[in-house]
Amino acid sequence: MEVRDGLRYSDDHEWLRLEGDVGVIGITAYAADQLGDVVFVEMPAVGATLTLHQAFGVVESVKAVSDLYAPVGGEVVGVNEALAGRPELVNSDPYGDGWMVKLRVADAAQVDALKDADAYRELIRAG
Amino acid sequence: MTAPRIEMTIGPELGPRTALGPMLQPTLMELSRPGRGEGKVPHPPADALEDIPVEHRRAMPPALPELNEAEVVRHFVNLSHLNYSIDSGFYPLGSCTMKFNPKINEWAARLFGFAKLHPLAPDALAQGTLQLLWELEEALKEISGMAAVTLQPAAGAHGELTGILMVRAYHEARGDHDRREVIVPDSSHGTNPATASMAGFTTVTVPSDERGGVDLDALRAALSPRTAAVMLTNPSTLGLFEDRIVELLDAVHAAGALAYMDGANLNAVLGKFRPGAAGFDVMHFNVHKTFSTPHGGGGPGAGPVGVGEALLPYLPSPLVLREPDGSFRLERPGERPESIGRVRAYQGSTGVLVRAYAYIRAHGGTGLAQVSEDAVLAANYLKSRLGGAYEIPFDRPCKHEFVATARPLKEATGVRTLDVAKRLIDKGYHPPTIYFPLIVEECLLIEPTETESVETLDAFAEALIEIAREAHEDPDLVIGAPHSAPVRRLDEATAARQPDLRWRAMTGAETPCPQ
Amino acid sequence: MPYGPHTGDDRARMLAALGLDSVEPLFADIPASVRAHGLDLPGPEPELELAARLERLAARNRVDLASFLGAGVYRHYIPAAVDQILSRGEFYTAYTPYQPEISQGTLQTIYEYQSLLAELTGLDVVSASHYDGAAATAEAALMTVRATRRGRVLVSHAVHRHYLDTTRTYFTPAGLVLDELPTLADGTTDLAELERSLAAGAPVAGVVLGQPNVFGLLEPMAEAARLAHAAGALFVAVVEPVSLAVLAPPGAYGADIAAGEGQPLGIAPMYGGPYLGVLATTDALIRQIPGRLVGRTTDLDGRRAFVMTMRAREQDIRREKAASNICTNQALCALAATVYLATIGPHGLRDVAAGGAAKARELERALRVAGAPRVHRAAYLNEFAVHVPGAQRVHAALLDRGVLAGLPLARWYPDDLLLRDALLVCATEVTTSDDIARFAAALAAELGAAGRVPAEVAR
Repeated sequence: MEVRDGLRYSDDHEWLRLEGDVGVIGITAYAADQLGDVVFVEMPAVGATLTLHQAFGVVESVKAVSDLYAPVGGEVVGVNEALAGRPELVNSDPYGDGWMVKLRVADAAQVDALKDADAYRELIRAG
Repeated sequence: MTAPRIEMTIGPELGPRTALGPMLQPTLMELSRPGRGEGKVPHPPADALEDIPVEHRRAMPPALPELNEAEVVRHFVNLSHLNYSIDSGFYPLGSCTMKFNPKINEWAARLFGFAKLHPLAPDALAQGTLQLLWELEEALKEISGMAAVTLQPAAGAHGELTGILMVRAYHEARGDHDRREVIVPDSSHGTNPATASMAGFTTVTVPSDERGGVDLDALRAALSPRTAAVMLTNPSTLGLFEDRIVELLDAVHAAGALAYMDGANLNAVLGKFRPGAAGFDVMHFNVHKTFSTPHGGGGPGAGPVGVGEALLPYLPSPLVLREPDGSFRLERPGERPESIGRVRAYQGSTGVLVRAYAYIRAHGGTGLAQVSEDAVLAANYLKSRLGGAYEIPFDRPCKHEFVATARPLKEATGVRTLDVAKRLIDKGYHPPTIYFPLIVEECLLIEPTETESVETLDAFAEALIEIAREAHEDPDLVIGAPHSAPVRRLDEATAARQPDLRWRAMTGAETPCPQ
Repeated sequence: MPYGPHTGDDRARMLAALGLDSVEPLFADIPASVRAHGLDLPGPEPELELAARLERLAARNRVDLASFLGAGVYRHYIPAAVDQILSRGEFYTAYTPYQPEISQGTLQTIYEYQSLLAELTGLDVVSASHYDGAAATAEAALMTVRATRRGRVLVSHAVHRHYLDTTRTYFTPAGLVLDELPTLADGTTDLAELERSLAAGAPVAGVVLGQPNVFGLLEPMAEAARLAHAAGALFVAVVEPVSLAVLAPPGAYGADIAAGEGQPLGIAPMYGGPYLGVLATTDALIRQIPGRLVGRTTDLDGRRAFVMTMRAREQDIRREKAASNICTNQALCALAATVYLATIGPHGLRDVAAGGAAKARELERALRVAGAPRVHRAAYLNEFAVHVPGAQRVHAALLDRGVLAGLPLARWYPDDLLLRDALLVCATEVTTSDDIARFAAALAAELGAAGRVPAEVAR
């Protein structure tokens, strides 16, 4: 299962890519595979402020529902509107078109605290 | 989100038409032709609605289908042929107790005196039904060992909510306001934690031990002055009796909590274990399971709740009471001020309860005990017949159902439990419950019930063994199953991504105004 | 045992396979201190005797009176085809359609039910899972709470008494607030008070009104919906489905959710159930509606087929985070409603609704002449309250004259001075002019006996 280098990862199987002070967030290929066919993604409102680990949305597949937890705190500055009509993007392109939200990162230290790709590979290997 | 408008036509997507055998059906809406039907009720005078202000009136009549009776009957009879049912074959759906549904139950519920009685009829007009309900309450008290029973809840989950609301009222009345947690085992039915949430509690999950029972140490550690109740299914969803039930109940009560029993699996222990006598404070019955009322395609059922002395004041109102003169009446509003109140309209799903009453009277005490003995014997026999083809994770005598797993089969052949289940359809059986309980990987939960003959059990065991052989020899045959059902496996992802939950091809404009 | 197949030989064979000579060891895991030994119940009853017992009990009920009792449960003509279809074992002895390949019969009928109820209510999404009108109303109120993340609902005092009480039972332990909206003298909900309640106090999640309301009266639904929406609340209409053949559907006046009792659609009164909770909503709230939903899809060969969908929100997967603990799908009752609607048809349904209205007007005239005028002035469809001095006594006396004179409203509103002396009466298409004449004559005689003979009757 692909773990992309250069991204940061949470223990809840979310990835974060930093673009300036904005973090783009999605779920990993491993998480998408575990869920199976994603059928719906519930997103927060743009402008909402999330704290670290706050549940901000829900990803629903045919057989399971998972809460999404903020890997870092910050203000929601964008959500992936395309997922409303094409939730399957989460399965087909989890690190690209399947992204979920953009947060203006409040505390850069929280990004540093996330895992790098190798540490995340270790996490999913350990199951 | 708007479901896409998709034109449906009667064509190849319904598959081949055969003289007998499965044949997919057009929908009622497709069959409709303006002008058909009529003749069931008289036409009212043209001015019947004249004094109803126009702003309250419907501007455009509903675009309901127009069919004649022969078409309607043929439509539903043909649809019925697409269903598997107990009346057509073996239905070993674990946790659901799919036993034979006696026909006299159906006859009884349709007797005019029962069927036409209005729920608000004065007690004087309802003596027959009230007597039946009262006698049913008495029988359920005896079966459960509880002090009182309410027949109101409309389903098992509704019974759970009723029971847990009483638990809440009990603690509140004692000023015990910190009890905000309900403990459930990880093998529990999903309704248990969902019920706890509805009643404003948080759920604490405790693991099972290696023997498939509740981990007693984990339970003791989880119990605290915050615990309101522990919800247990006994026998458990693994089909195993909690043999440390006495210690479990002692621990619950020592912590000041109440013990709730999910009665889903009562069919295993009729006359063998009375939860109220053993110390449970509250339980629900699933009369559609244990007392065969039937399942109705998923409902209606009924979920009466029994309580011990501690919860008596909180029972929902109204109860059925017997007066000293032998007449029966419903409790009056406010007669029991501590009641949790109403959990539904009127007093219960009487039509379902008539069937449960008939079932219990037909069996009597000895017959009910025999039901459990035969159900348990059948499950153990079937388990012994699977001989090595599937792994049995908890190898001790089971009650009315047991768990098997296809995990080794999956590792060896890639064939999953889902595939085994679908292949059983080709062999003429309804599959068992699969992937529940959640704690056993690739599991099948198999409940044969007491109404299946030994020949049926043997043939089903053979079918399962044969599928395991097929998985080794020709896995694609199993993975592609079912091959003989009216339809093949379905695209569930598209169904959920682009929900089409109603017919949209017709609009009101296409049918003439019935006025 | 009456329904078990096992002979002594069969049992012996199964035991032998287990290496046992009795079933006792299979129950050895029940500790001795809690082991029961039999049940003290009357003995097994042969079917002949059981049938006779059931017939005797059924005959003890009195269902032969001229009945004007409705109050949420209505007598309608049920075409014979309905029970013929419902009696098919393929439907009533199946379970929830977990295996769609061998459950297309149940699945398609639920899809058809969803379609027909969507058409009747003017909404998009219908769930067939709910127990009755009360439970559906409570679930509707909870939906507004989840969707708005607010914790307070306003329910009209004129919503069915049992629905209000049930919703309160569901709300209180969850820490939610239910405030009752008062009614005006004409029997409809006080919208000025609605406006004040929306503006003051905690933010409101939902506003719930009945159409017709519990007194049979027509409420200003469009205006109530407008007020609710202006305050960011959702609007719930509690409806009676037969009436929707002639009354504006909830979708037309902006309701976000419709709830109600499906019993009038081909289901017998049966002293309280089983019934059918109607619950419908808009596409916008599709993920808030609890219970089973059936969707259309295709199979591997591209054939059209139906399947339970969006199941991940349900209790068996989502557990403590589920939208509801609902597990039932009230499929057989939904089937009854579907067959009823298909058999009676759109014109027939309109005739049923309008026929009830016509009979109700005949009843109103007859009762007025007999000395029992209407209590409320607002428009009604087929049910209304009449003023009868000593209503409870008169109601009891009329039973002896073969008339079930509706519901004494004192049973539900004992503290309401106006309603304490009122009977809630209804008529449907099965009400006959003879029954109405009998009721009016009996009432006039009772009131006359009490010394209040109206001039028209005395003549």
